[in-house]
Amino acid sequence: MTVLRGLLYASLLAAFGSAHAGVLPEDRADILYHLYDGGGVEIDGPSILVRKQVGKSLSFVANHYVDMVSSASIDVITTASPYTEERKQWSLGMDYLRGDTTMRIGYTSSDESDYDAETVNFSVSQDMFGALTTLTLSYALGDDIVRKSGDDTFEKFLDKQVYGVGLTQILTKNLIATLNFETMTDEGFLNNPYRTVRYLNASDVSGRGYSYEEELYPNTRTSNALGIRARYFLPYRAAIEGEYRYFTDTWDIDSHTASLSYVHPWGDFTFTGKFRYHDQTGAHFYSDLFPRAEATNFRGRDKELSELTSYTVKLKAAYTFLNEDQSWGFLKKGSVTASIDVLHVDYHEFSDLRELALIGEEPLYELDADIFQVFFSFWY
Amino acid sequence: MEKNLSAIGRLLLPLLIIGGLSGCGNIEPWVKPYERDRLADPIMALDSDPVSSAYLQHVYEAREGARGGEGAAGGGCGCN
Repeated sequence: MTVLRGLLYASLLAAFGSAHAGVLPEDRADILYHLYDGGGVEIDGPSILVRKQVGKSLSFVANHYVDMVSSASIDVITTASPYTEERKQWSLGMDYLRGDTTMRIGYTSSDESDYDAETVNFSVSQDMFGALTTLTLSYALGDDIVRKSGDDTFEKFLDKQVYGVGLTQILTKNLIATLNFETMTDEGFLNNPYRTVRYLNASDVSGRGYSYEEELYPNTRTSNALGIRARYFLPYRAAIEGEYRYFTDTWDIDSHTASLSYVHPWGDFTFTGKFRYHDQTGAHFYSDLFPRAEATNFRGRDKELSELTSYTVKLKAAYTFLNEDQSWGFLKKGSVTASIDVLHVDYHEFSDLRELALIGEEPLYELDADIFQVFFSFWY
Repeated sequence: MEKNLSAIGRLLLPLLIIGGLSGCGNIEPWVKPYERDRLADPIMALDSDPVSSAYLQHVYEAREGARGGEGAAGGGCGCN
């Protein structure tokens, strides 16, 4: 029913398209290698994206993305065994331009040994006021299947919906800003089937004073996120961007995320520096140590649901080795980009149980991760 | 009845927004097309590398409790 309603929006909104010309995304291909290394987890793999216009009004996009995971994270070390796995994701999308209206539809499929996800999404964008303003309405529907290794009978379902409204506004000759609002609803199995919580138990056979039991999350989660971003062209040809996002959900997680970026071109190079800050409260059912077994209706000890603060410093360099004056055959432009994001997370209510300490007095866990990306981009 | 009204309202709202704004089509753009050369510079692109930003968005969604407000992303987890 919701899908039908969304399709109806799209078809009705399309009727508002006028005779002015909008713009389809550029024809472009990217071949990316990514590596996440931190907290005992290594995830790497490729991501290949190809976009091609067909005729005057259609543009198709395809993406293949792989995560190869090797995990000995703190969760795994303290409560399970290290593992490796692979996640493969395929996406296909199409943009249809009619006058000042662009309609997009997309499908994404993600496969892991114990988790399958399918998402359909579509959006409608309308340029207005001589293309000073672009309004976008979007909707996505996801169906996930959660399984558990070693238990063939375990199969749970999760439905996700995302409603979005976005506004991009040219404010001056040097300033452009965007405002995005998204409401997301999740319904179904939201636990991680492997993760456990710990609770005080003086009679635990290990003698450590606590035991573990399975997590139990609410079956629903609704969240709202409001993001604003502005980019300004500096007089000496450089750009500065500021971004802020407020997030709140029915699990009582409230967060503030802010970042500041600076982009500086120099000959055929473009350098980018960025600092990002994120601070969040914890979920109402989160606890690092519950007072007893089954102490609350819902319980979780996922460190990402703890109160936490994270900081990221990014450095990125891009080199354009091919431009329109020296194109190779059908290739108009080519560049290679390398970036590193250094992430540090301070968890304010998640103890590092690898350290020997009195129960409840363990040091708080901190995560350091390096995120590397290298990619080639071609325009044609 | 209230449910029906709510559903109708949800259908009409985007139409009213788009329709209302379309009705203002004769507003004079205060930044003319020929004045947008700086905004068209690649360094001003709001998402210059979609393949890279989608990846980082996935990383942050896995490492933090917040999500959304930045654009669309794919499914899956790969986040333990």
